Amino acid sequence: MPTLPSEPARGRAPYDLAVVGAGPAGLAAAVTAAELGLRVALLDAGPRVGGQYYRHPAPELGAARPDRLHHGWAVFARLRDRLRAQPRIDHLAGHHVWAAERGEPWRLHATLGPDAGDRVTVEAGAVLLATGAYERQLPFPGWTLPGVVTAGGAQAMLKAGLVLPGRRIVVAGSGPLLLAAASSLVSAGAAVPAVVEAGSYLGYARGVAALAANPAKLVEGAQHGTVLLRHGVRLRRSSAVIEAHGTDRVTAVTVARLDADWRPVPGTERRIGCDAVAIGHGLVPQIELATELGAATRTVPDGTVALAVDGEQRTSLPGLWAAGETCGVGGADLALAEGVLAAYAVAGRPAPRGALVRRRRRRAFAELMAAAHAPGVGWTDWLTPETDVCRCEEVPAGRIREAVEELGAGDARTVKLLTRAGMGWCQGRMCGAAVACLAGGPTDRPDSRPLSCPVPLAQLAEPPA
Amino acid sequence: MGRNPLDLVGAEPGPARTFTFDGRPVPALPGQTIAAALWADGVLAWRTTRVGGRPRGAFCGIGACFDCLATVNGRPNQRTCLLPAEAGDTVTTQEGHGHADLAV
Repeated sequence: MPTLPSEPARGRAPYDLAVVGAGPAGLAAAVTAAELGLRVALLDAGPRVGGQYYRHPAPELGAARPDRLHHGWAVFARLRDRLRAQPRIDHLAGHHVWAAERGEPWRLHATLGPDAGDRVTVEAGAVLLATGAYERQLPFPGWTLPGVVTAGGAQAMLKAGLVLPGRRIVVAGSGPLLLAAASSLVSAGAAVPAVVEAGSYLGYARGVAALAANPAKLVEGAQHGTVLLRHGVRLRRSSAVIEAHGTDRVTAVTVARLDADWRPVPGTERRIGCDAVAIGHGLVPQIELATELGAATRTVPDGTVALAVDGEQRTSLPGLWAAGETCGVGGADLALAEGVLAAYAVAGRPAPRGALVRRRRRRAFAELMAAAHAPGVGWTDWLTPETDVCRCEEVPAGRIREAVEELGAGDARTVKLLTRAGMGWCQGRMCGAAVACLAGGPTDRPDSRPLSCPVPLAQLAEPPA
Repeated sequence: MGRNPLDLVGAEPGPARTFTFDGRPVPALPGQTIAAALWADGVLAWRTTRVGGRPRGAFCGIGACFDCLATVNGRPNQRTCLLPAEAGDTVTTQEGHGHADLAV
Protein backbone atom coordinates (compact mmCIF):
# COMPACT_ATOMS: atom_id res chain seq x y z
CA MET A 1 0.00 0.00 0.00
CA PRO A 2 1.77 3.15 -1.10
CA THR A 3 1.04 6.01 1.30
CA LEU A 4 1.28 9.32 -0.48
CA PRO A 5 0.85 12.06 2.10
CA SER A 6 1.24 15.01 -0.24
CA GLU A 7 1.85 13.90 -3.79
CA PRO A 8 -0.47 15.79 -6.11
CA ALA A 9 -2.52 13.83 -8.58
CA ARG A 10 -1.38 15.93 -11.55
CA GLY A 11 -0.76 13.93 -14.66
CA ARG A 12 -1.91 10.63 -13.17
CA ALA A 13 -4.54 8.50 -14.83
CA PRO A 14 -7.83 8.66 -12.92
CA TYR A 15 -8.33 5.97 -10.32
CA ASP A 16 -11.09 3.42 -10.88
CA LEU A 17 -12.51 4.29 -7.46
CA ALA A 18 -11.91 7.02 -4.91
CA VAL A 19 -13.07 6.17 -1.40
CA VAL A 20 -13.57 9.09 0.98
CA GLY A 21 -13.07 8.02 4.58
CA ALA A 22 -10.99 5.16 5.98
CA GLY A 23 -13.26 3.99 8.78
CA PRO A 24 -14.94 0.55 8.76
CA ALA A 25 -16.97 1.17 5.57
CA GLY A 26 -14.24 2.89 3.57
CA LEU A 27 -11.53 0.49 4.60
CA ALA A 28 -13.64 -2.58 3.78
CA ALA A 29 -14.65 -1.05 0.45
CA ALA A 30 -11.13 -0.02 -0.57
CA VAL A 31 -9.57 -3.37 0.28
CA THR A 32 -12.35 -5.37 -1.35
CA ALA A 33 -12.37 -3.24 -4.51
CA ALA A 34 -8.60 -3.49 -4.88
CA GLU A 35 -8.73 -7.26 -4.43
CA LEU A 36 -11.30 -7.33 -7.22
CA GLY A 37 -8.76 -5.59 -9.44
CA LEU A 38 -9.68 -1.89 -9.18
CA ARG A 39 -7.13 0.89 -8.68
CA VAL A 40 -8.24 2.73 -5.57
CA ALA A 41 -7.48 6.05 -3.88
CA LEU A 42 -8.37 5.98 -0.18
CA LEU A 43 -8.63 9.57 1.01
CA ASP A 44 -8.86 10.20 4.74
CA ALA A 45 -8.52 13.22 6.99
CA GLY A 46 -6.74 11.29 9.74
CA PRO A 47 -3.09 10.42 10.00
CA ARG A 48 -3.91 6.71 10.34
CA VAL A 49 -6.67 4.52 8.90
CA GLY A 50 -9.53 3.37 11.13
CA GLY A 51 -11.81 6.41 11.27
CA GLN A 52 -13.43 7.26 14.58
CA TYR A 53 -14.51 3.71 15.44
CA TYR A 54 -11.06 2.13 15.08
CA ARG A 55 -9.22 5.25 16.23
CA HIS A 56 -6.03 4.16 17.96
CA PRO A 57 -2.79 5.58 19.40
CA ALA A 58 0.03 6.82 17.22
CA PRO A 59 2.78 4.19 16.95
CA GLU A 60 5.14 6.44 18.94
CA LEU A 61 2.93 5.91 22.00
CA GLY A 62 4.04 2.29 21.99
CA ALA A 63 0.69 0.77 22.92
CA ALA A 64 1.15 -3.01 23.19
CA ARG A 65 -2.60 -3.66 23.64
CA PRO A 66 -4.65 -1.08 21.71
CA ASP A 67 -7.37 -3.76 21.50
CA ARG A 68 -8.27 -3.12 25.14
CA LEU A 69 -10.00 0.09 24.10
CA HIS A 70 -11.86 -1.57 21.24
CA HIS A 71 -14.64 -3.89 20.30
CA GLY A 72 -13.75 -5.98 17.26
CA TRP A 73 -10.11 -4.93 17.03
CA ALA A 74 -9.16 -8.19 15.28
CA VAL A 75 -11.45 -7.30 12.37
CA PHE A 76 -9.64 -3.98 11.98
CA ALA A 77 -6.21 -5.60 12.27
CA ARG A 78 -7.06 -7.98 9.42
CA LEU A 79 -8.33 -5.16 7.22
CA ARG A 80 -5.19 -3.13 7.93
CA ASP A 81 -3.01 -6.10 6.98
CA ARG A 82 -4.91 -6.51 3.71
CA LEU A 83 -4.50 -2.79 3.04
CA ARG A 84 -0.76 -2.91 3.66
CA ALA A 85 -0.38 -5.88 1.33
CA GLN A 86 -2.38 -4.20 -1.42
CA PRO A 87 -0.40 -2.46 -4.19
CA ARG A 88 -3.53 -1.17 -5.96
CA ILE A 89 -4.53 1.23 -3.13
CA ASP A 90 -2.97 4.64 -2.59
CA HIS A 91 -3.75 5.68 0.98
CA LEU A 92 -3.94 9.48 0.96
CA ALA A 93 -3.68 10.33 4.68
CA GLY A 94 -4.31 13.82 6.02
CA HIS A 95 -6.55 14.67 3.06
CA HIS A 96 -9.60 16.69 4.09
CA VAL A 97 -11.96 16.47 1.10
CA TRP A 98 -13.89 19.74 0.89
CA ALA A 99 -15.87 19.25 -2.31
CA ALA A 100 -16.73 16.66 -4.93
CA GLU A 101 -17.31 17.54 -8.58
CA ARG A 102 -19.41 15.34 -10.83
CA GLY A 103 -18.07 14.34 -14.18
CA GLU A 104 -16.12 11.78 -16.13
CA PRO A 105 -13.93 11.45 -14.23
CA TRP A 106 -15.18 12.68 -10.86
CA ARG A 107 -12.91 15.20 -9.15
CA LEU A 108 -12.35 15.37 -5.40
CA HIS A 109 -10.76 18.48 -3.95
CA ALA A 110 -8.78 18.08 -0.75
CA THR A 111 -6.86 20.35 1.56
CA LEU A 112 -3.79 19.08 3.39
CA GLY A 113 -2.66 22.08 5.40
CA PRO A 114 -2.63 25.85 5.75
CA ASP A 115 -0.42 26.89 2.82
CA ALA A 116 -1.42 27.72 -0.75
CA GLY A 117 0.24 24.60 -2.12
CA ASP A 118 -1.37 22.24 0.39
CA ARG A 119 -4.13 21.20 -2.01
CA VAL A 120 -4.77 18.16 -4.13
CA THR A 121 -7.37 17.15 -6.71
CA VAL A 122 -7.96 13.42 -7.10
CA GLU A 123 -9.71 12.04 -10.19
CA ALA A 124 -11.62 8.78 -10.28
CA GLY A 125 -14.21 7.01 -12.38
CA ALA A 126 -16.40 6.34 -9.34
CA VAL A 127 -16.60 7.75 -5.83
CA LEU A 128 -17.64 6.00 -2.62
CA LEU A 129 -18.60 8.22 0.30
CA ALA A 130 -17.73 6.62 3.62
CA THR A 131 -17.45 9.83 5.58
CA GLY A 132 -19.15 8.49 8.69
CA ALA A 133 -20.93 10.65 11.20
CA TYR A 134 -20.51 13.19 13.93
CA GLU A 135 -22.36 13.42 17.23
CA ARG A 136 -25.76 14.95 17.76
CA GLN A 137 -25.92 17.35 20.67
CA LEU A 138 -28.90 18.74 22.56
CA PRO A 139 -27.87 21.85 24.51
CA PHE A 140 -28.54 22.36 28.22
CA PRO A 141 -27.50 25.11 30.64
CA GLY A 142 -23.77 24.86 31.30
CA TRP A 143 -22.95 22.61 28.33
CA THR A 144 -20.30 25.10 27.14
CA LEU A 145 -18.28 24.80 30.37
CA PRO A 146 -14.78 23.34 30.03
CA GLY A 147 -14.91 19.71 31.13
CA VAL A 148 -18.20 19.09 29.31
CA VAL A 149 -17.15 17.12 26.22
CA THR A 150 -18.91 14.90 23.73
CA ALA A 151 -19.13 11.19 24.53
CA GLY A 152 -17.46 10.43 21.21
CA GLY A 153 -14.85 13.09 21.91
CA ALA A 154 -13.98 11.52 25.24
CA GLN A 155 -13.69 8.18 23.40
CA ALA A 156 -11.56 9.68 20.62
CA MET A 157 -9.15 11.46 22.96
CA LEU A 158 -8.82 8.29 25.03
CA LYS A 159 -8.39 5.91 22.09
CA ALA A 160 -5.81 8.07 20.29
CA GLY A 161 -4.19 10.20 22.98
CA LEU A 162 -4.60 7.91 26.02
CA VAL A 163 -5.96 10.79 28.10
CA LEU A 164 -9.10 11.53 30.13
CA PRO A 165 -10.87 14.88 30.61
CA GLY A 166 -11.20 14.31 34.37
CA ARG A 167 -11.25 11.68 37.09
CA ARG A 168 -14.99 11.61 37.80
CA ILE A 169 -16.98 11.68 34.60
CA VAL A 170 -20.77 11.68 34.22
CA VAL A 171 -21.79 10.06 30.91
CA ALA A 172 -25.12 11.35 29.58
CA GLY A 173 -27.36 11.67 26.54
CA SER A 174 -28.91 8.84 24.59
CA GLY A 175 -27.87 5.88 22.50
CA PRO A 176 -25.60 2.85 22.66
CA LEU A 177 -22.43 4.95 22.37
CA LEU A 178 -22.94 6.01 25.98
CA LEU A 179 -22.44 2.46 27.25
CA ALA A 180 -19.35 1.99 25.11
CA ALA A 181 -17.90 5.32 26.25
CA ALA A 182 -18.61 4.66 29.92
CA SER A 183 -17.12 1.18 29.65
CA SER A 184 -13.89 2.59 28.13
CA LEU A 185 -13.66 5.41 30.67
CA VAL A 186 -13.94 3.14 33.72
CA SER A 187 -11.53 0.62 32.22
CA ALA A 188 -9.03 3.47 31.81
CA GLY A 189 -9.29 4.41 35.47
CA ALA A 190 -11.99 7.10 35.58
CA ALA A 191 -14.85 6.99 38.04
CA VAL A 192 -18.25 7.20 36.32
CA PRO A 193 -20.81 8.17 38.96
CA ALA A 194 -23.71 7.69 36.54
CA VAL A 195 -24.65 6.86 32.97
CA VAL A 196 -27.69 9.01 32.28
CA GLU A 197 -29.81 7.76 29.35
CA ALA A 198 -32.77 9.83 28.21
CA GLY A 199 -34.47 6.94 26.45
CA SER A 200 -36.24 4.18 28.28
CA TYR A 201 -34.78 1.31 26.23
CA LEU A 202 -38.37 0.03 26.15
CA GLY A 203 -38.40 0.85 22.45
CA TYR A 204 -36.19 -2.18 21.82
CA ALA A 205 -38.98 -4.44 23.07
CA ARG A 206 -40.99 -3.56 19.97
CA GLY A 207 -38.40 -5.13 17.72
CA VAL A 208 -38.06 -8.68 19.01
CA ALA A 209 -37.36 -10.05 15.53
CA ALA A 210 -34.56 -7.56 14.86
CA LEU A 211 -33.04 -8.33 18.26
CA ALA A 212 -33.18 -12.07 17.74
CA ALA A 213 -31.47 -11.76 14.35
CA ASN A 214 -28.56 -9.81 15.87
CA PRO A 215 -27.20 -11.85 18.77
CA ALA A 216 -23.77 -10.24 18.33
CA LYS A 217 -25.23 -6.80 19.10
CA LEU A 218 -26.80 -8.16 22.28
CA VAL A 219 -23.51 -9.74 23.33
CA GLU A 220 -21.72 -6.44 22.68
CA GLY A 221 -24.24 -4.60 24.86
CA ALA A 222 -23.97 -7.23 27.57
CA GLN A 223 -20.16 -6.94 27.56
CA HIS A 224 -20.37 -3.20 28.20
CA GLY A 225 -23.00 -3.87 30.86
CA THR A 226 -20.74 -6.36 32.61
CA VAL A 227 -17.83 -3.90 32.75
CA LEU A 228 -20.11 -1.19 34.12
CA LEU A 229 -21.62 -3.54 36.70
CA ARG A 230 -18.16 -4.59 37.86
CA HIS A 231 -17.26 -0.95 38.44
CA GLY A 232 -20.55 -0.23 40.18
CA VAL A 233 -21.66 2.20 37.48
CA ARG A 234 -25.36 2.94 37.62
CA LEU A 235 -27.46 3.34 34.47
CA ARG A 236 -30.23 5.89 35.00
CA ARG A 237 -32.83 5.46 32.27
CA SER A 238 -35.47 8.05 31.33
CA SER A 239 -33.20 10.70 32.84
CA ALA A 240 -31.10 13.58 31.61
CA VAL A 241 -28.44 16.02 32.69
CA ILE A 242 -30.49 19.24 32.64
CA GLU A 243 -27.75 21.54 33.93
CA ALA A 244 -23.98 21.59 34.39
CA HIS A 245 -22.64 23.71 37.22
CA GLY A 246 -19.35 25.56 37.60
CA THR A 247 -17.73 28.85 36.73
CA ASP A 248 -14.59 28.14 34.71
CA ARG A 249 -15.04 24.37 34.57
CA VAL A 250 -17.73 21.87 35.41
CA THR A 251 -17.97 20.80 39.07
CA ALA A 252 -21.39 19.12 39.20
CA VAL A 253 -24.51 18.33 37.18
CA THR A 254 -28.21 18.26 37.90
CA VAL A 255 -29.92 15.08 36.73
CA ALA A 256 -33.70 14.82 36.46
CA ARG A 257 -36.15 12.08 35.51
CA LEU A 258 -37.92 12.58 32.20
CA ASP A 259 -41.47 11.89 31.17
CA ALA A 260 -42.20 9.99 27.94
CA ASP A 261 -41.68 13.19 25.91
CA TRP A 262 -38.35 13.93 27.66
CA ARG A 263 -39.78 16.74 29.81
CA PRO A 264 -38.02 16.91 33.19
CA VAL A 265 -40.31 15.75 36.01
CA PRO A 266 -40.35 18.48 38.71
CA GLY A 267 -39.05 17.35 42.09
CA THR A 268 -36.85 14.58 40.70
CA GLU A 269 -33.69 16.70 40.37
CA ARG A 270 -30.53 15.52 42.08
CA ARG A 271 -27.04 16.92 42.01
CA ILE A 272 -24.01 14.76 41.18
CA GLY A 273 -20.47 16.02 41.71
CA CYS A 274 -18.02 15.48 38.85
CA ASP A 275 -15.06 17.10 37.11
CA ALA A 276 -16.12 16.14 33.57
CA VAL A 277 -19.25 15.24 31.58
CA ALA A 278 -19.34 13.18 28.39
CA ILE A 279 -22.54 13.86 26.43
CA GLY A 280 -24.10 12.81 23.14
CA HIS A 281 -27.45 11.97 21.57
CA GLY A 282 -26.46 9.56 18.86
CA LEU A 283 -24.81 10.31 15.56
CA VAL A 284 -25.60 12.39 12.50
CA PRO A 285 -24.54 11.13 9.04
CA GLN A 286 -21.91 13.38 7.45
CA ILE A 287 -23.20 13.63 3.91
CA GLU A 288 -22.68 17.15 2.61
CA LEU A 289 -20.25 16.12 -0.13
CA ALA A 290 -23.18 14.27 -1.73
CA THR A 291 -26.11 16.48 -0.80
CA GLU A 292 -24.38 19.58 -2.18
CA LEU A 293 -24.57 17.77 -5.53
CA GLY A 294 -28.26 16.99 -5.07
CA ALA A 295 -28.08 13.36 -3.96
CA ALA A 296 -31.40 12.03 -2.67
CA THR A 297 -31.80 11.54 1.08
CA ARG A 298 -34.13 9.77 3.50
CA THR A 299 -35.12 10.54 7.07
CA VAL A 300 -34.07 7.87 9.57
CA PRO A 301 -36.37 7.01 12.54
CA ASP A 302 -34.06 8.94 14.90
CA GLY A 303 -34.80 12.11 12.93
CA THR A 304 -31.44 12.36 11.17
CA VAL A 305 -31.07 12.66 7.40
CA ALA A 306 -29.05 10.00 5.55
CA LEU A 307 -28.21 9.30 1.92
CA ALA A 308 -30.75 7.17 0.08
CA VAL A 309 -29.08 4.19 -1.58
CA ASP A 310 -30.28 1.21 -3.60
CA GLY A 311 -29.50 -2.45 -2.96
CA GLU A 312 -26.05 -1.95 -4.47
CA GLN A 313 -25.23 1.06 -2.27
CA ARG A 314 -25.71 3.45 -5.20
CA THR A 315 -26.85 6.99 -4.45
CA SER A 316 -29.22 8.77 -6.81
CA LEU A 317 -26.19 10.26 -8.61
CA PRO A 318 -24.58 8.00 -11.25
CA GLY A 319 -21.03 7.15 -10.22
CA LEU A 320 -21.54 8.01 -6.55
CA TRP A 321 -21.83 5.21 -3.99
CA ALA A 322 -22.21 5.41 -0.21
CA ALA A 323 -21.66 2.99 2.65
CA GLY A 324 -21.77 2.96 6.43
CA GLU A 325 -23.11 5.73 8.63
CA THR A 326 -23.70 8.01 5.61
CA CYS A 327 -26.62 5.71 4.74
CA GLY A 328 -28.06 5.88 8.27
CA VAL A 329 -26.19 5.28 11.50
CA GLY A 330 -25.93 1.56 12.20
CA GLY A 331 -22.52 0.74 13.63
CA ALA A 332 -19.31 -0.85 12.43
CA ASP A 333 -20.63 -4.30 11.44
CA LEU A 334 -23.19 -2.76 9.12
CA ALA A 335 -20.59 -0.37 7.73
CA LEU A 336 -18.22 -3.24 6.97
CA ALA A 337 -20.96 -5.15 5.13
CA GLU A 338 -22.03 -2.10 3.14
CA GLY A 339 -18.43 -1.31 2.22
CA VAL A 340 -17.96 -4.82 0.83
CA LEU A 341 -21.25 -4.67 -1.09
CA ALA A 342 -20.41 -1.27 -2.57
CA ALA A 343 -17.03 -2.55 -3.74
CA TYR A 344 -18.62 -5.53 -5.52
CA ALA A 345 -21.18 -3.24 -7.15
CA VAL A 346 -18.55 -0.77 -8.36
CA ALA A 347 -16.53 -3.68 -9.74
CA GLY A 348 -19.64 -5.00 -11.50
CA ARG A 349 -19.53 -8.31 -9.65
CA PRO A 350 -22.41 -10.18 -8.00
CA ALA A 351 -22.80 -9.45 -4.30
CA PRO A 352 -21.56 -12.05 -1.79
CA ARG A 353 -24.51 -13.56 0.03
CA GLY A 354 -23.00 -13.32 3.51
CA ALA A 355 -22.65 -9.55 3.28
CA LEU A 356 -26.22 -9.23 2.00
CA VAL A 357 -27.58 -11.15 4.98
CA ARG A 358 -25.47 -9.19 7.46
CA ARG A 359 -26.59 -5.90 5.94
CA ARG A 360 -30.27 -6.83 6.11
CA ARG A 361 -30.08 -7.91 9.76
CA ARG A 362 -27.89 -5.04 10.95
CA ARG A 363 -29.94 -2.45 9.07
CA ALA A 364 -33.13 -3.71 10.75
CA PHE A 365 -31.41 -3.44 14.13
CA ALA A 366 -30.17 0.05 13.30
CA GLU A 367 -33.66 1.28 12.47
CA LEU A 368 -34.98 -0.17 15.73
CA MET A 369 -32.16 1.49 17.68
CA ALA A 370 -32.75 4.81 15.92
CA ALA A 371 -36.42 4.76 16.89
CA ALA A 372 -35.65 3.84 20.51
CA HIS A 373 -33.30 6.80 20.97
CA ALA A 374 -35.10 9.48 18.95
CA PRO A 375 -35.18 12.68 21.04
CA GLY A 376 -38.50 13.43 22.71
CA VAL A 377 -40.03 16.79 21.87
CA GLY A 378 -39.87 17.95 25.50
CA TRP A 379 -36.07 18.22 25.62
CA THR A 380 -36.31 21.94 24.84
CA ASP A 381 -37.73 22.42 28.35
CA TRP A 382 -34.12 22.05 29.60
CA LEU A 383 -33.19 25.33 27.96
CA THR A 384 -33.21 28.66 29.73
CA PRO A 385 -33.29 31.85 27.61
CA GLU A 386 -29.59 32.33 28.41
CA THR A 387 -28.46 28.83 27.34
CA ASP A 388 -26.14 29.11 24.36
CA VAL A 389 -27.52 26.90 21.61
CA CYS A 390 -24.95 27.83 18.94
CA ARG A 391 -21.58 27.40 20.63
CA CYS A 392 -19.55 29.12 17.90
CA GLU A 393 -21.60 32.30 17.55
CA GLU A 394 -22.81 32.28 21.18
CA VAL A 395 -26.49 32.51 20.26
CA PRO A 396 -28.72 31.83 23.28
CA ALA A 397 -32.04 30.01 23.15
CA GLY A 398 -33.89 33.26 23.95
CA ARG A 399 -32.69 34.87 20.71
CA ILE A 400 -33.67 31.83 18.66
CA ARG A 401 -37.14 31.75 20.23
CA GLU A 402 -37.48 35.47 19.55
CA ALA A 403 -36.61 34.86 15.89
CA VAL A 404 -39.28 32.14 15.69
CA GLU A 405 -42.05 33.63 17.83
CA GLU A 406 -41.69 37.34 17.15
CA LEU A 407 -39.86 37.62 13.84
CA GLY A 408 -41.68 34.76 12.13
CA ALA A 409 -38.76 32.48 11.29
CA GLY A 410 -40.24 29.13 10.35
CA ASP A 411 -37.16 27.06 9.61
CA ALA A 412 -33.54 26.64 10.62
CA ARG A 413 -32.25 28.60 7.65
CA THR A 414 -34.28 31.70 8.49
CA VAL A 415 -33.26 31.41 12.16
CA LYS A 416 -29.65 31.30 10.99
CA LEU A 417 -30.05 34.43 8.86
CA LEU A 418 -31.66 36.31 11.75
CA THR A 419 -29.43 35.14 14.61
CA ARG A 420 -26.20 33.70 13.09
CA ALA A 421 -26.98 30.35 14.81
CA GLY A 422 -25.15 27.74 12.75
CA MET A 423 -23.04 30.28 10.90
CA GLY A 424 -19.81 29.78 12.85
CA TRP A 425 -16.73 27.61 12.58
CA CYS A 426 -18.51 24.27 12.90
CA GLN A 427 -21.14 25.22 10.29
CA GLY A 428 -24.01 24.05 12.45
CA ARG A 429 -22.66 20.58 13.17
CA MET A 430 -23.04 21.09 16.93
CA CYS A 431 -26.28 23.13 17.03
CA GLY A 432 -28.02 22.06 13.81
CA ALA A 433 -30.34 19.48 15.37
CA ALA A 434 -31.28 21.81 18.22
CA VAL A 435 -31.91 24.83 16.00
CA ALA A 436 -34.08 22.74 13.68
CA CYS A 437 -36.19 21.61 16.67
CA LEU A 438 -36.55 25.13 18.01
CA ALA A 439 -37.40 26.52 14.58
CA GLY A 440 -40.17 23.96 14.23
CA GLY A 441 -39.79 23.79 10.45
CA PRO A 442 -39.13 20.76 8.29
CA THR A 443 -36.34 18.56 9.63
CA ASP A 444 -36.11 16.25 6.64
CA ARG A 445 -33.68 18.47 4.74
CA PRO A 446 -29.93 17.95 4.93
CA ASP A 447 -27.83 20.84 6.25
CA SER A 448 -26.24 22.87 3.48
CA ARG A 449 -22.45 23.12 3.53
CA PRO A 450 -20.95 24.03 0.14
CA LEU A 451 -17.48 23.45 1.60
CA SER A 452 -17.25 20.37 3.78
CA CYS A 453 -14.40 21.81 5.86
CA PRO A 454 -12.54 25.11 6.10
CA VAL A 455 -10.25 25.77 3.13
CA PRO A 456 -7.58 28.47 3.15
CA LEU A 457 -8.47 31.22 0.67
CA ALA A 458 -5.06 30.85 -0.95
CA GLN A 459 -5.99 27.31 -1.97
CA LEU A 460 -9.27 28.41 -3.51
CA ALA A 461 -7.52 31.25 -5.33
CA GLU A 462 -4.91 29.04 -6.95
CA PRO A 463 -6.02 27.86 -10.38
CA PRO A 464 -6.99 24.20 -10.39
CA ALA A 465 -4.33 21.73 -11.37
CA MET B 1 -7.08 -3.84 34.45
CA GLY B 2 -5.17 -0.58 34.15
CA ARG B 3 -5.88 2.30 36.43
CA ASN B 4 -4.84 4.82 33.84
CA PRO B 5 -5.10 4.79 30.05
CA LEU B 6 -1.38 4.16 29.49
CA ASP B 7 -1.38 1.09 31.75
CA LEU B 8 -4.59 -0.19 30.19
CA VAL B 9 -3.05 -0.49 26.72
CA GLY B 10 0.44 -1.38 27.95
CA ALA B 11 1.91 1.78 26.46
CA GLU B 12 5.65 2.27 26.49
CA PRO B 13 6.04 5.67 24.87
CA GLY B 14 9.34 7.29 24.05
CA PRO B 15 10.56 10.22 26.13
CA ALA B 16 8.16 13.17 26.48
CA ARG B 17 8.79 16.35 24.55
CA THR B 18 8.06 19.79 25.93
CA PHE B 19 6.05 22.66 24.50
CA THR B 20 4.96 25.84 26.19
CA PHE B 21 1.39 26.81 27.01
CA ASP B 22 1.05 30.49 27.89
CA GLY B 23 4.76 30.49 28.72
CA ARG B 24 4.64 27.43 30.99
CA PRO B 25 6.35 24.15 29.97
CA VAL B 26 3.93 21.25 29.33
CA PRO B 27 5.06 17.67 28.62
CA ALA B 28 3.63 15.76 25.66
CA LEU B 29 4.14 12.09 24.90
CA PRO B 30 5.24 11.40 21.34
CA GLY B 31 2.15 11.01 19.15
CA GLN B 32 -0.18 13.00 21.39
CA THR B 33 -2.02 16.03 20.08
CA ILE B 34 -1.70 19.40 21.79
CA ALA B 35 -5.23 18.98 23.22
CA ALA B 36 -4.39 15.52 24.61
CA ALA B 37 -1.20 16.81 26.25
CA LEU B 38 -3.12 19.71 27.82
CA TRP B 39 -5.77 17.32 29.19
CA ALA B 40 -3.03 15.11 30.62
CA ASP B 41 -1.66 18.23 32.32
CA GLY B 42 -5.08 19.03 33.81
CA VAL B 43 -5.78 21.96 31.47
CA LEU B 44 -9.30 22.00 29.99
CA ALA B 45 -9.53 25.52 28.48
CA TRP B 46 -7.26 27.33 26.02
CA ARG B 47 -9.54 29.75 24.23
CA THR B 48 -11.88 32.56 25.23
CA THR B 49 -14.96 33.24 23.15
CA ARG B 50 -15.39 36.29 20.92
CA VAL B 51 -18.62 37.59 22.49
CA GLY B 52 -18.73 36.54 26.11
CA GLY B 53 -15.01 35.98 26.73
CA ARG B 54 -15.87 32.54 28.14
CA PRO B 55 -13.29 29.75 28.45
CA ARG B 56 -13.43 26.81 26.01
CA GLY B 57 -11.32 23.77 25.23
CA ALA B 58 -11.72 20.47 23.43
CA PHE B 59 -15.37 19.40 22.99
CA CYS B 60 -15.80 16.98 20.07
CA GLY B 61 -12.22 15.72 19.96
CA ILE B 62 -12.44 14.88 16.24
CA GLY B 63 -11.99 18.24 14.53
CA ALA B 64 -15.69 18.96 13.92
CA CYS B 65 -16.62 21.56 16.56
CA PHE B 66 -13.70 24.02 16.44
CA ASP B 67 -13.98 24.74 20.16
CA CYS B 68 -10.38 23.64 20.77
CA LEU B 69 -8.83 26.43 18.71
CA ALA B 70 -5.62 27.96 20.01
CA THR B 71 -2.77 30.05 18.70
CA VAL B 72 0.11 27.72 17.83
CA ASN B 73 3.50 29.15 16.90
CA GLY B 74 1.84 32.49 16.21
CA ARG B 75 -0.85 31.09 13.90
CA PRO B 76 -4.37 31.46 15.40
CA ASN B 77 -7.39 29.16 14.90
CA GLN B 78 -5.48 25.87 15.01
CA ARG B 79 -7.54 22.80 15.94
CA THR B 80 -5.43 21.42 18.79
CA CYS B 81 -7.32 18.12 18.84
CA LEU B 82 -5.85 17.35 15.41
CA LEU B 83 -2.42 18.91 15.75
CA PRO B 84 0.41 16.73 17.08
CA ALA B 85 2.41 18.40 19.85
CA GLU B 86 5.98 19.03 18.70
CA ALA B 87 8.97 19.86 20.88
CA GLY B 88 9.35 23.60 21.24
CA ASP B 89 5.82 24.50 20.06
CA THR B 90 4.54 27.76 21.49
CA VAL B 91 0.83 27.43 22.34
CA THR B 92 -1.08 30.41 23.67
CA THR B 93 -4.66 30.91 24.77
CA GLN B 94 -6.57 32.33 21.84
CA GLU B 95 -8.62 35.36 22.75
CA GLY B 96 -11.67 35.80 20.54
CA HIS B 97 -10.93 35.38 16.85
CA GLY B 98 -7.19 35.47 17.50
CA HIS B 99 -6.55 38.38 15.17
CA ALA B 100 -6.37 41.20 17.72
CA ASP B 101 -3.25 42.41 15.89
CA LEU B 102 -5.43 43.23 12.86
CA ALA B 103 -7.92 45.36 14.82
CA VAL B 104 -8.22 49.01 13.78
